[in-house]
Amino acid sequence: MDNLLSIVTFLPALAALILGVFLKGGDPAADRNARWLALIATGATFLVSLLILAQFDPRNPEFQMVEEGDWLLGMTYKLGVDGISVLFVMLTTFIMPLVIAASWEVKTRVKEYMIAFLLLETLMLGVFMALDLVLFYLFFEGGLIPMFLIIGIWGGKNRIYAAFKFFLYTFLGSVLMLVAMVAMYTDAGTTDIPTLLNHEFAHGTFSVLGITVVGGLQTMLFLAFFASFAVKMPMWPVHTWLPDAHVQAPTAGSVVLASILLKLGGYGFLRFNLPMFPVGSEVIGPLILWMSAIAIVYTSLVALVQEDMKKLIAYSSVAHMGYVTMGIFAANQQGVDGAIFQMISHGFISGALFLCVGVIYDRMHTREIDAYGGLVNRMPAYATIFMLFTMANVGLPGTSGFIGEFLTLMGVFQVNTWIAVVATTGVILSASYGLWLYRRVVMGDLVKESLRAITDMSRREKAIFAPLVVMTIWMGVYPAPILDRIGPSVEALLETYDDRVAAADLDGPQVAEAQADDAH
Amino acid sequence: MESIILFAPLIGALIAGFGWKATGIRGAQWITTGLLFVACFFSWIVFFSHGPDAQHIQVLRWIESGSLSTDWSIRLDRLTSIMLIVVTTVSALVHLYSFGYMAHDENFREGEESYKPRFFAYLSFFTFAMLMLVTSDNLVQLFFGWEGVGVASYLLIGFYYRKPSANAAAMKAFIVNRVGDFGLALGIFGLFYLVDSVRFDDIFAAAPEIANTQISFLFFEVNAANLIAVLLFIGAMGKSAQLILHTWLPDAMEGPTPVSALIHAATMVTAGVFLVCRMSPLMEFAPEALTFVTFLGATTAFFAATVGLVQNDIKRVIAYSTCSQLGYMFVAAGVGVYSVAMFHLFTHAFFKAMLFLGAGSVIHGMHHEQDMRNYGGLRHKMPYTFWAMMIGTLAITGVGIPLTHIGFAGFLSKDAVIESAWAGTAGGYAFWMLVIAALFTSFYSWRLMFMTFFGTPRGDKHTHEHAHESPMVMVIPLGVLSLGAIFAGMIWYGSFFGDHSQVNRFFGIPEHHAEASEDGHGEAAEGESHGEETATADESEGEEPAAADTASDEAGEETATADTASQGSTGDEAAVADESHGEGSEGEGEGEAHAELDPAPGAGAIYMGPDNHVMDDAHHSPVWVKVSPFIAMLIGFVVAYWFYIVNPAMPRRLAESQRPLYLFLLNKWYFDELYDFLFVRPAKGVGRLFWRRGDGNIIDGSINGIAMGIVPFFTRLAGRAQSGYIFTYAFAMVIGIAVLITWMTLFGGAE
Repeated sequence: MDNLLSIVTFLPALAALILGVFLKGGDPAADRNARWLALIATGATFLVSLLILAQFDPRNPEFQMVEEGDWLLGMTYKLGVDGISVLFVMLTTFIMPLVIAASWEVKTRVKEYMIAFLLLETLMLGVFMALDLVLFYLFFEGGLIPMFLIIGIWGGKNRIYAAFKFFLYTFLGSVLMLVAMVAMYTDAGTTDIPTLLNHEFAHGTFSVLGITVVGGLQTMLFLAFFASFAVKMPMWPVHTWLPDAHVQAPTAGSVVLASILLKLGGYGFLRFNLPMFPVGSEVIGPLILWMSAIAIVYTSLVALVQEDMKKLIAYSSVAHMGYVTMGIFAANQQGVDGAIFQMISHGFISGALFLCVGVIYDRMHTREIDAYGGLVNRMPAYATIFMLFTMANVGLPGTSGFIGEFLTLMGVFQVNTWIAVVATTGVILSASYGLWLYRRVVMGDLVKESLRAITDMSRREKAIFAPLVVMTIWMGVYPAPILDRIGPSVEALLETYDDRVAAADLDGPQVAEAQADDAH
Repeated sequence: MESIILFAPLIGALIAGFGWKATGIRGAQWITTGLLFVACFFSWIVFFSHGPDAQHIQVLRWIESGSLSTDWSIRLDRLTSIMLIVVTTVSALVHLYSFGYMAHDENFREGEESYKPRFFAYLSFFTFAMLMLVTSDNLVQLFFGWEGVGVASYLLIGFYYRKPSANAAAMKAFIVNRVGDFGLALGIFGLFYLVDSVRFDDIFAAAPEIANTQISFLFFEVNAANLIAVLLFIGAMGKSAQLILHTWLPDAMEGPTPVSALIHAATMVTAGVFLVCRMSPLMEFAPEALTFVTFLGATTAFFAATVGLVQNDIKRVIAYSTCSQLGYMFVAAGVGVYSVAMFHLFTHAFFKAMLFLGAGSVIHGMHHEQDMRNYGGLRHKMPYTFWAMMIGTLAITGVGIPLTHIGFAGFLSKDAVIESAWAGTAGGYAFWMLVIAALFTSFYSWRLMFMTFFGTPRGDKHTHEHAHESPMVMVIPLGVLSLGAIFAGMIWYGSFFGDHSQVNRFFGIPEHHAEASEDGHGEAAEGESHGEETATADESEGEEPAAADTASDEAGEETATADTASQGSTGDEAAVADESHGEGSEGEGEGEAHAELDPAPGAGAIYMGPDNHVMDDAHHSPVWVKVSPFIAMLIGFVVAYWFYIVNPAMPRRLAESQRPLYLFLLNKWYFDELYDFLFVRPAKGVGRLFWRRGDGNIIDGSINGIAMGIVPFFTRLAGRAQSGYIFTYAFAMVIGIAVLITWMTLFGGAE
């Protein structure tokens, strides 16, 4: 199968097409068919994607399973995976069946709902696999639309506001990226990503409107891409769309948003900013490290005072993404490995936490923390699972949450001890907000009348959590298979990065690198 | 065998936690307890059979990233084997004890709620995490164990989940520990930055180099060894409840009493001491950091003892006592006599676990009454408990015959600490703090005894009428522990605080005063001097004497050492022979006798620098120093006797006349209030500020002001035509995708 990647990418869309064209009517039978078809399609996608993993050669840092062909309007269609992207592909195909299963109780517009999620899967997979700028952009922007619909149609009371906030924030960021892409095409004469990765963009210092731009074009391009990915990430201070989007989105929407969509930003940094604009990264990097450290402390403190469970977890997500950006721009092996690992792990953990909220939201129809308390009395299984994921979110060693956090901090310590110290306070704060949430929702005596009859998790719910539990613990105890796959590509990336930065011969920013060398 | 020790508790925890419905409640209890006894049995075998050399066993790969490489692996040396027996013994006994203690619990609805398997699962899980901590051969796995025991502690403190106070205490314990972990983590990052490895062997080998490195950290340009040592010690402060980070330990008494005995007295809280001893090759190169350790340890010992004087909750008294005793251990480590720190850790585990289990027995017998003001005269009602507590008190206060090595466990180890403190600080601050603390220790311990077991019954009459001795499953562990509390000091005095060659042999330190006394099997020497793993050869040798388990070969060996052992070894020797299980293998592994002059850091389980003579100086401290703790103990006893037996009205009068001081102590020096004011409330305030003002007004205000000005417009538009427009949009999208797919299938994307 030499077009495996295309098959995986478009299988969900095909199912969406079938749903859209052939499934008629809104009766319960049609809804049931829609659910099952979506579940089977996403499940099949996951199974097929296992072949990608099987064929993937961990030792090869290059793009693998590349497919290339002519496409509309003289553009190129090109897909491929390397050590940086292959695990995101797997994450996506792994999460989607669970998301569909978690949406079993959706009653309104089931067919459209399933279509939206199936299309979303295709578009997200496309982002991770695209090896052509235009194709990447189409997938990247296209993903906005189904998510926008998911929030806007199946969301909560304030969904329209949240949907537009989501759309505009991310869209405005992307516009700058589009401009940068045009500039890149002009400079390099191609939209082929592997070629661009080997192309060295100009980095001579120039001045625009009286402002001296160190690193020249590279810095400008870097900033344009940064604007887009920082919003997606989201990084402080452009994170405020996320809590709103999460609160209003339906449970499954939140899960996709937290598990996969947030990773697009981090992936973008790794695919474009760091390797293509190393000089720009070197110039702006320190600033980003600080923004990340601030993000961790700031959003953790904000999480501490939230009254809405989803908002709390959303803020915690922003804090965790702070570790990711910090690791990426520490630009050393531990940092970048840790960042990728953290993203994968956060995909499972935050997804699971939103599902945890969903479980009790389905029963009580409120996300107010104060409306709960003492759930352990009636929901022991739920309490156990929620505990596990709270601890994973806190970064307990033995769960996957620890490894990413630990590696990124270790990476950044080699670059700047100040940032490492500030960011490490996150381990205290995350424990504070995590355990406090847990205490208020789960612990204590069951006194609220409304909770007297609450039931523990159903078999379907347990089945949804089971794979997430397994992954979280497995990745925490035996992360070697994951790190083995990430490592070589990251190593190759950083090697070129270091060479180019050294060749560019900037003053100042090399301190970090010199320090890193000292350590060896 | 090492793997069985390590994983038996985990298996027990999993079975009890998730499979108790299959095994039944009784079954779950027996399985966990049984597995623990197996682990305990093997641990003793390892302790006696394993030579002092470090052995490495790899279990599984763990985190590998660039030059960072960590494994799940076991490092077995003397330090580990001491901790193994401490942890597994106390844990096994606590498991057994819990059969009785947890038999009925009014916090749960009997019959409906199966809290027992959960309790045993947590206990076993804790044991597993603790074993991971002590067997680790790198800092990251140690960190796993470190946080793992933190979680177990959190779960067990919050075991009575209906009680708000228990939930609060659990959270507090975890978060305060996390503050310590913050330091520990930074220490690990720093070491990786400096050494490019987190394995102990590499770190120890690089220690002299680290000591010569300057590192810029925050504002400072500091010596790397000192910085790392302080950061690691911050971790130790959290776990071992030293001053500043001590506030969680007294609150942790919300957990069931067996938990307090196991986790918050005997094992987990000593992890910090273990860490400092484990890192001794590095600590030796960080003199300023060690001064800080000594200072803080001494201050904690004093502080906690003062607070212990006035507490009324029986468990809190013992909790503060623990805090104080941990301070002693840190002082010993701080002045560079790590073996003594381990010695006190070792003996303390026995007598403190026993005091807690004894207190648990009292609480159990008194229907969960914990206020000592409502006790009194219980010695007739609970004779076994009384005698056990009496032995524990004699041990903790340090009763023995001055200037000899005959006495209860605490007598020997505490005196060793105090003498080391005198020698290490030239009779300074730490020494005096410890002596005063010894006086207070004696006072509050006897106060506890007198208030509980003597005098007339106070409080609820009904409770007193029904007070009863605890069942045998609870009394037997007390008996076993009391053996440790009596004999542990006398038996192992020589090994921990004997003369240099004895201690060196025990900890596998290559001899550096080329005395080259004993025969020794030379083959270990080479490997040792290169800091390599000589484990394999050693293990096979080591097993045999244990299997034989005869006293004869070790008795002979002891006589061989008797020449060099300067003082008191005769008594010890006899005791060892009596015990009739040998430190058999010691002779086998001691090939390092004629090793090179200056041993590399990390060659033994602990490291004392070539110019570290504190232990020798301590042996030669003046007589008044040696008897000072004994005198302090006597004074404490007499005052307590006078206050609580002769003139029981006295304490109240004193409390009233010295009211501010009394309140200051009763409120634990107002640390909780201070922290609430300094950290908790500001954190929430700032969080709220960031949220409402930062996110709400500034970020959303400005960004939305520009970008989101259009939102209301769109919102209205969308609100009006929600279903219509949006679906046209979606439909267009579907068609677009369809075109894409058609194109793909017709013209073939792939080549």
